[in-house]
Amino acid sequence: MLKSPAKILQLAVTLLACAFLLVPTLQSVLAGVTVNYFQGVKSGLTLKWIGEVWTLYSASIFLSIWLALCCLISTLIIGVPAAYALARNPGRLSRILEEFISLPLAIPGLALALALLQVYGSVQGFRAHWSFILVGHVLYTLPFMVRSVLSVMAAIDLKTLEEGAASLGAPAWRRFTDIAVPNAMPGVLAGSLTVVTLSIGEFNLTWMLHTPFLKTLPVGLADSYASMRLEIASAYTLVFFVMIVPLLMAMQWASARAQRTLT
Amino acid sequence: MTLKLTNVAKTFPDGTRALMPVDLDIKQGEIVSLLGPSGCGKTTLLRIIAGLETTDAGGKIRFDDEDVTSLSVVQRKVGMVFQSYALFPNMSVRRNIGYGLKMQKLPKSEIDARVDEVIALCRLEPYADRPINALSGGQRQRVALARAFAPRPRILLLDEPLSALDAALRGQLRDELAVLLRTFGITAIFVTHDQTEAMAIADRVAVMSHGQVAQIGTPEALYRAPASPFVARFVGDAMPLKGRMGSGALHLDGGTLPLEGGAEGGSAYVRAEDVRLDEDGPLRGRIEAVTFLGTHYRVVLSGVTPEPVVALHVGASAPKLGQTVGLSIAPGAILSFAHETESA
Repeated sequence: MLKSPAKILQLAVTLLACAFLLVPTLQSVLAGVTVNYFQGVKSGLTLKWIGEVWTLYSASIFLSIWLALCCLISTLIIGVPAAYALARNPGRLSRILEEFISLPLAIPGLALALALLQVYGSVQGFRAHWSFILVGHVLYTLPFMVRSVLSVMAAIDLKTLEEGAASLGAPAWRRFTDIAVPNAMPGVLAGSLTVVTLSIGEFNLTWMLHTPFLKTLPVGLADSYASMRLEIASAYTLVFFVMIVPLLMAMQWASARAQRTLT
Repeated sequence: MTLKLTNVAKTFPDGTRALMPVDLDIKQGEIVSLLGPSGCGKTTLLRIIAGLETTDAGGKIRFDDEDVTSLSVVQRKVGMVFQSYALFPNMSVRRNIGYGLKMQKLPKSEIDARVDEVIALCRLEPYADRPINALSGGQRQRVALARAFAPRPRILLLDEPLSALDAALRGQLRDELAVLLRTFGITAIFVTHDQTEAMAIADRVAVMSHGQVAQIGTPEALYRAPASPFVARFVGDAMPLKGRMGSGALHLDGGTLPLEGGAEGGSAYVRAEDVRLDEDGPLRGRIEAVTFLGTHYRVVLSGVTPEPVVALHVGASAPKLGQTVGLSIAPGAILSFAHETESA
């Protein structure tokens, strides 16, 4: 297996790169379950800090999950029909519209947040409500949903499939629900996982929009780093990992599945 | 159902005229093929009948006594088989076939009974619960036909239904399709660019060229009495006999042939199967190539007309290359036309 020196060198470089990335992460995770970070692991292992994180920041965790779900529902309701409309009517206007939808990707989250604050910041009930952060998240994640669904819809011969359904007597809305959406499912799935992951991890925009009563998971993370002892901050990182890693793995799985469906 | 097209034409937004005004009458239960080279407007005509394209102003489409010109494809109740089949990958064979019946909001028991009936008719029982991507090309073709036929459409429209298959399968499925369409007893129109397909399946063939119907008739009528040089060439591969026509004879490079009816001017064509190697024949030609095709030899000859002439020769041994031989063509086998042009 490892016959040539080149192969051995390749493996060594790969392992080194992995170690470079993983060691700090593991150290941070370890810090979260160590009794005293400065004394090291020999001081003993504990779940106390995770408990502290839960007491202090469980509201942030639930808010993040809630926001991610609302964001997912919003992007599904807006994004899937938008992708469908773009796929059904290819042309210059569609391309321009697609660029517009994608604009939030190119603009820094801080700038997007500032724009939202300038326009809606004075609307009192809205400014301090979680739905204000949701608007920011939807703006930021919508392009990922639209593009993911659009790429699958563009790869299947949607026009002919729909003509087939129409010739069998299916009205426009049935063609959307029976044909377009089910056949674009791999794209919808991949888009959904991306949206949820991005929404849970989003910091820039959320940090600008948050209020002391509306802290999301990453904003809480920054807060704990700034004001708590290192063990709590590290335990927080651990909690964040536990939430985000399964989502990332599911994303990999979904995109692999989408590839299989399309080929 | 009878179909009547009056003045049906199509001009695309960019000004291209895909279809010149066409009139067409199709009888109840008749199978008509639209035959022509690509770009002749045959698929456009089929899509207009289906309601997937609109006719230019002034065109009329009637199903029996009903004017359906303004109805959309959803309301027309046609059965359509697409070139790519357009089967729904997210549904099983059974659900594909039942989809049209579901759209008619029939009770489930009725849908199931009809789907079973059509599945049996198309011999799809072993595949009924399979997903579409687990089927072969030939099976997909039958599912597409079954799906189009299940909701009892008024007319079946088939757009190049065999062209997605490989050559060996195409021949077999062509005969199957002919049998199935007769079993259905439904009025059907199918588009093809393959004359063998058209002649094997259709009661009547409409040969199309440059957006117009060049000729419509039974396969025999088209073959024996083509109305134009284009039809002669497209149906049965007639070869031009380029020479001078006059005084009741056709003067070619390789000799002179007597003509029936004493046509003056115009053009003449002949098919390979009507050219005979005959030592006493009035024409002379040099053998350039010989291909053995099992039942006969295909012999390519030069010196008869400016272009090579092909003869089909049945015999025990191959004609010799380079030899100059005599040829004869029966006067009745010469297809003569008053005008020179090849277009319709």
